[in-house]
Amino acid sequence: MIPSQFKAWSVAALLVLSPSAFAQDEDVFAQYREMFGDDNPADLVSWDGEDLWSEARGPKNATLEECDLGLGPGVVEGAYAQLPRYFADTDKVMDLETRLVHCMVELQGFDAAEITAKPFTSTGEPQTDLEKLSTYIAGASKGMPVSIDLDHPKTKLAYELGKKMFFYRSGPYDFGCSTCHRQSGKRIRLQALPNLSPGAEDADKVYTTWPGYRISQGSVRTFEWRMRDCGRQQRMPEMTFGSDIAIGLITYLAAEANDAEMDAPGLKR
Amino acid sequence: MTTTRRSFLKFGGAMLGTLATAALWPLQVFAARPDDAFKSKSMTDLEKLLGGTPTDSADIDFKTPDIAENGAVVPVSIESNIPGTSEIMILVEQNPNPLSAMFLIPEGTKPAVSTRIKVAQTSNLIAVVKANGKLYSSTKETKVTLGGCGG
Amino acid sequence: MAGKMRVRASIKNGVTEVKALMSHPMETGLRKDTDGNPIPAHHITDVEVKLNDKVVLTAYWGGSVSQNPFLSFEINGGAPGDKLSIMWKDNKGESQTEEVTLK
Repeated sequence: MIPSQFKAWSVAALLVLSPSAFAQDEDVFAQYREMFGDDNPADLVSWDGEDLWSEARGPKNATLEECDLGLGPGVVEGAYAQLPRYFADTDKVMDLETRLVHCMVELQGFDAAEITAKPFTSTGEPQTDLEKLSTYIAGASKGMPVSIDLDHPKTKLAYELGKKMFFYRSGPYDFGCSTCHRQSGKRIRLQALPNLSPGAEDADKVYTTWPGYRISQGSVRTFEWRMRDCGRQQRMPEMTFGSDIAIGLITYLAAEANDAEMDAPGLKR
Repeated sequence: MTTTRRSFLKFGGAMLGTLATAALWPLQVFAARPDDAFKSKSMTDLEKLLGGTPTDSADIDFKTPDIAENGAVVPVSIESNIPGTSEIMILVEQNPNPLSAMFLIPEGTKPAVSTRIKVAQTSNLIAVVKANGKLYSSTKETKVTLGGCGG
Repeated sequence: MAGKMRVRASIKNGVTEVKALMSHPMETGLRKDTDGNPIPAHHITDVEVKLNDKVVLTAYWGGSVSQNPFLSFEINGGAPGDKLSIMWKDNKGESQTEEVTLK
């Protein structure tokens, strides 16, 4: 019921704006984005992240160079492509962002609550350390295949939880992720809605471009941000950073994109 | 990518009047940044400060997006095929201060630049080229929109 | 708060293509913060590019060049070993220079 109302609105909006342009081209901003070429504003954020990684900081005055993102201490290249994953030292499935918080706490002595109180920047403000580090590390997996290992029972559980959440309808609008992301070729106004249901191809194209520079926000946004912000638009209670649900959804979406080539940081609306 | 003649007409709105006096205005050579021009709030004043009314030219390859996803970052690219090009300027008609950027091109540098500018609202973008002391222009409209769910 | 600048220059068929991405807030002076106070203008006003000692591009910018400005242009010539430098100056008097050696 609700999706078709959105469809009606989006059709009306399209007709008002520019019938000919929309009739020909699903993505009216393709030309705009192409003009950015290889020069993604996210690159500047990535360089900051690179600096932060090897900068001695925090109460322990240590760098993050001993941080194990799954491929061994200090190994950044390829790390993002295999996250989220199970970590024995914490006995948990962790995504990049929660793993970074873990390292910032353990190695540098930072306070977890402080970092997670504001993990994401507000529009117009400088990016947070977490965002800078995430952009840098994700970029170091560019060109590599997503390879989420579902063998460990906890990772499998996270995947199943994510899949279940995908279809779980709740909140005042009775929205689940599937409400917007279950079919191909859908949009809300000018925002395309990729089909992320099990087995759908769009996960390949979508997951691999996060983190991404959001043109409309002038900031790089991470995947934890994406989960939280989708939740916000579904009018759900605020999704806790690094919660089982966030990790579950991220594990599910990452695994659905397995073997696809990482292309982060992306350039997005 | 439709070239509108609207801006040319606006620029040369009082063309008959300015033609008579155009020859009397000294050609502006900017050895230093023309701060007044950057502060100018109107196209008419800007025209005076820049030294005259440009002639519409098909020899300026002006690439702009038809629709900009975010007006704060609009990629534009200008290449002048007019011999003797020494300056390239970018103007945004609807911006509070229409003059956005000015490039001085010495011998040996290709008269072509690409950058990203802020466009406050749907507007004509004007590439102005100075070549052999004369001013030429190319005008394109860019629609500015921020569509989608806002999240 | 001088940020970073990335300059990429590549020689192809006797032409050197230069692309630069500069970190700078480029505040127009027209924005207001969340309390309604105007954010002062803070933007690059002048850019100068040199190939060895010769000025190959001068740019004058207003606040309406986008934040973290991108600039791309081409120079005829340029040989491996040449030094390309890009300098910007802003309205607060801050400036930054980045130099690369052409390969």
